[in-house]
Amino acid sequence: MVKESETILLKGNEAIAHAAIRCGCDGYFGYPITPQSEILETLALEKPWETTGMVVVQAESELASINMVYGGGAVGKRVMTSSSSPGVALMQEGITYMAGAEIPGVIVNVQRGGPGLGTIQPSQSDYYQATRGGGNGDYNIIVLAPASVQEMADFMDLAFTLAFRYRMPAMILSDGIIGQMMEKMVLPPFKPRRTDEEVKRECPWAATGRSGREKNFLTSLSLDPAWMEEHNKHLQAKYETIRQTEVRFETYNTEGADYLIVAFGSAARIAQKSIEICREEGLHIGMLRPITLWPFPTQAIRQLSERMKAIMCLEINAGQMVDDVRLSVAEGCPVCHYGRMGGMVPTPEEIVQQIKSQLIK
Amino acid sequence: MKEEIIIAGFGGQGVLSMGKILAYSALMEGREVTWMPAYGPEQRGGTANVTVIISDQSISSPILSTFDTAVILNQPSLERFEPAIRPGGTLIYDEYGICKPPTRKDISIYRINAMDAAAEMQNVKGFNMIVLGGLLKVRPLVTIENVLQALRKTLPERHHHLIPMNEEALRKGMEIIKPI
Repeated sequence: MVKESETILLKGNEAIAHAAIRCGCDGYFGYPITPQSEILETLALEKPWETTGMVVVQAESELASINMVYGGGAVGKRVMTSSSSPGVALMQEGITYMAGAEIPGVIVNVQRGGPGLGTIQPSQSDYYQATRGGGNGDYNIIVLAPASVQEMADFMDLAFTLAFRYRMPAMILSDGIIGQMMEKMVLPPFKPRRTDEEVKRECPWAATGRSGREKNFLTSLSLDPAWMEEHNKHLQAKYETIRQTEVRFETYNTEGADYLIVAFGSAARIAQKSIEICREEGLHIGMLRPITLWPFPTQAIRQLSERMKAIMCLEINAGQMVDDVRLSVAEGCPVCHYGRMGGMVPTPEEIVQQIKSQLIK
Repeated sequence: MKEEIIIAGFGGQGVLSMGKILAYSALMEGREVTWMPAYGPEQRGGTANVTVIISDQSISSPILSTFDTAVILNQPSLERFEPAIRPGGTLIYDEYGICKPPTRKDISIYRINAMDAAAEMQNVKGFNMIVLGGLLKVRPLVTIENVLQALRKTLPERHHHLIPMNEEALRKGMEIIKPI
């Protein structure tokens, strides 16, 4: 096991696995798929079942994985799965059941090009799926978008914390760039798994054995529509609290800028380089990077848009987050989009060209 | 300092591991690093490349289309990356994999016959370390001591007896690289 606070070089996928072991994760259930198989491989190499007692299971499919997460979460355990785009598509039924039954759990999506089986190269084309719920019914999940290997590790514990705070699924929405690249990083400090007593105390709703309390029901089904509407109102109130309190974002170079780029995850890294190139040419471009894609930093974008001449949304997809940006901006602020699809990734120079031709007209 | 490097060749030549050792050595010197492979259904004989960035400051994009330095180990990679080197940059190639040598006049070009040297030394697997030695001779990005330290860090202990052979390969590369 890697020593505490040592600076090391890791792939994003490896960082996820190490961070899971360190943040008191009780179980991982997953099925291999490129470009995220190193998560399961690293867990198999680290053998956490011998040290922390964390369970690692290679499930027979993505459907099995997510339903194992449903079961683990239902008994108050910090459990997770990971996959890439087509695999996460398969998991949507389990995720909406978890949202309905209010069961916490973490899903890591290291995105690849789609639709369908698509390619194995990086993409951000699951933004809609992640931020709109993805499955049936009125629900959202918390979506964190790491832009570095360090954030892959740091968001693991955060995702569990938020999932349990609000009793709902949380997703780390990464992609093949962040998953496959190696960067210098420091692993988070070690945190023990919760004891059974701690689970009972902190998760009074969980199916922990009935002794001395009323029955806990964890289900997404009710045949009474009036009850179901009340349940939906409760979920919507919870989502509103999250919108008010859990928005996370970062700004870069926005002081005095007339133009803004909005980008998340790996696209924000590439955009930052484009902004550096622009600066050498005397162009001052700022950037806002949403860290939570749901809840979306609507207010922050609105405020910035009031003093921007135009905004460009850069995504590695056909234009998905751009919808949320358009819904956020002050009236009259033009919004454009640039993206590549199918596993192709824009270069910094390509984005500079788009800044000149689309953003600064 | 900041150096943006592409290392490209055939799968199985040790392109990715050479990049990893270079990145780890830079980390030992306290620098920021990124290592970004062009991943795909890669296999022995297919093409493989990796972008390594070493910098004193935090690194923005791990994806680049132009480079300060290119280490080229086969003809398809030369055709793809020779035009991507910035004017004043450096190109290193192994003659063994190249039938049409580079032609640019605005960059520094070096040749290293690492494949031949590896065969002579009866250390075929040391090929990528010979190339790395050559790179470090013309672009002294990290010290040999830190490369050896990185090898100790990244190799499983059962392979540590191979470190002296790797050191020999690194020094051979430094000796045989030649400007064109």
